[in-house]
Amino acid sequence: MTATAPAPAPAVNATMRHARRARRGVTVRIVVPLVVIGLIVVGAIVVPLVYHYDPLHADLLARLKPPGTVTSDGGTAILGTDQIGSDLFAQIMAGARVSLLVGVATLVISGVVGLALGLLAGHFGGWLDAALMRIADVQLAFPSILLAILVASVLGQGVGNIIIVLSISNWVVFARVARSQVLGLKNREYVEAARALGAGNWHLMFRTLLPGCMAPVIVVATTQFAQVILTEASLSFLGVGVPLGTPSLGSTIYNGTQYLSTAWWISTLPGIVLVILMLAFGILGDALRDKFDPRLRSA
Amino acid sequence: MPEAKSAPLLRVAHLKVAYPIRSSLLQRQISANVAVSDVTFDINPGETVGLVGESGSGKSTVARAVIGLVKPDDGVIEFEGRNITGYSRKQFKSVRREMQMVFQDPYASLNPRLTVRDLIAEGWRVHRDIVPRDRWTAEAKKLMDRVGLNPDYSDRYPHQFSGGQRQRIGIARALALRPKVIICDEPVSALDVSVQAQVLNLLDDLQEELGLAYLFISHDLSVIEHLCDRVLVLHHGHVVEQGNAREIFERPRHEYTKALLAAVPVVRPWLDQADEGRHPTGEPAA
Repeated sequence: MTATAPAPAPAVNATMRHARRARRGVTVRIVVPLVVIGLIVVGAIVVPLVYHYDPLHADLLARLKPPGTVTSDGGTAILGTDQIGSDLFAQIMAGARVSLLVGVATLVISGVVGLALGLLAGHFGGWLDAALMRIADVQLAFPSILLAILVASVLGQGVGNIIIVLSISNWVVFARVARSQVLGLKNREYVEAARALGAGNWHLMFRTLLPGCMAPVIVVATTQFAQVILTEASLSFLGVGVPLGTPSLGSTIYNGTQYLSTAWWISTLPGIVLVILMLAFGILGDALRDKFDPRLRSA
Repeated sequence: MPEAKSAPLLRVAHLKVAYPIRSSLLQRQISANVAVSDVTFDINPGETVGLVGESGSGKSTVARAVIGLVKPDDGVIEFEGRNITGYSRKQFKSVRREMQMVFQDPYASLNPRLTVRDLIAEGWRVHRDIVPRDRWTAEAKKLMDRVGLNPDYSDRYPHQFSGGQRQRIGIARALALRPKVIICDEPVSALDVSVQAQVLNLLDDLQEELGLAYLFISHDLSVIEHLCDRVLVLHHGHVVEQGNAREIFERPRHEYTKALLAAVPVVRPWLDQADEGRHPTGEPAA
């Protein structure tokens, strides 16, 4: 046995190394966005409390101050103040609270409903499939913002109603993706094998088909998250979203657009937070998709 | 194989399966593609019945009909004397544990998201009374050992195994329900020749050990000859010849069977003195 460098490494080692590196990458891509999201979540909970943030409180002497200004009460407005003189940092964090709540709750509700209906449609087919997909078609024919305005004007304002409205306009995407995945999977031999074992519909849908649907659904969920937050902002802008006293990232951005030439920070800074949040969710979703891929896992 | 003449384990009589052809617009059935018709055979306990034929001859359809994956249009399938032809899916569940299937493609027939242990335990999840949950891991490892897999690999995923090992997983999954019949749908046709023999020997050993009956489907005549007691030759969905395996291979009666046998590739045709016509150089064989 000589001390030469390892001769042409066996292919097995190469793939193992590749898998290990891919797995390490996945871990980094999961941990970093989670930390970012965690910081924003903690900030969204803690900061408004610390600042005694009151969205309805106006301080006209302190309005439109640039970032870093020392206010009359001795504090420093790190990110400046907005058009009614409230601290922008506290407002962004309070807004992130609403945006996160709306985004996550909407995704969970529409995701669960959409997945379940998509699984049903794909697995059973026939008239159930036809009926569900026609409903989806009808709904897709309306612009979702129009639908949301319609439903919101019936239900009224409020964070809970916004979540319901956005869930109604979002389940279709999940149902379609899940259904198309099921259609692709249900004729695979392993599904047939489960059937041959005597598995019932429940087992086939949730133990055999569902895991195979998760990867694309997670990717869709991350893109939908951005979509949901933006729709919520648009709705707030149109006056059918969250009520006036509840700041959201979207409403803060829209309020700031009128002052863009004199006070750029009002729109820009919450915009940056929004981008960071979406980016974190996007990367997280992508990494989770890879983690669900068994080819990157090994014993 | 000398078996005591008892009631057949599985009896298939006049089986007919047709796949409907539907119109694209209203999904009305406009015609039907008859895959198999009038197929009749018995399988006794511990016996191996072979089903041979070219691609599209209806071999797999017979298998799928017997295990209830497609509904037969006509005919009777009896299992241990019970007519299971019209069984609902729920009723069929009890039959499924007696009758299992090994699939053709070991790459497609194993769920890529389950570990070997979970793949083997899937049947126990469906049929709760076979093995209690806390024994699943131990029993799965025992089965892995029995089919010649290292039990230490029970937490691995199918993609980490070779084709032959995957087919062993498939066999272990079928064995997990402790069936009396296993339907083998071309279980070795996707494997390397060297691995084929190992898997066939495994099936042979298991039969001896557990008294299993096989319905063995293949287009490979040498495999059939090696394993089967009786053979059915299928051609365009009809049985053209059936009987004792050795007899059929030595004295094929039907033209199609003769053609099938003649189509078996011979490794060194010039050594085959009986067949001068196929001499590669055209010289008379020595």
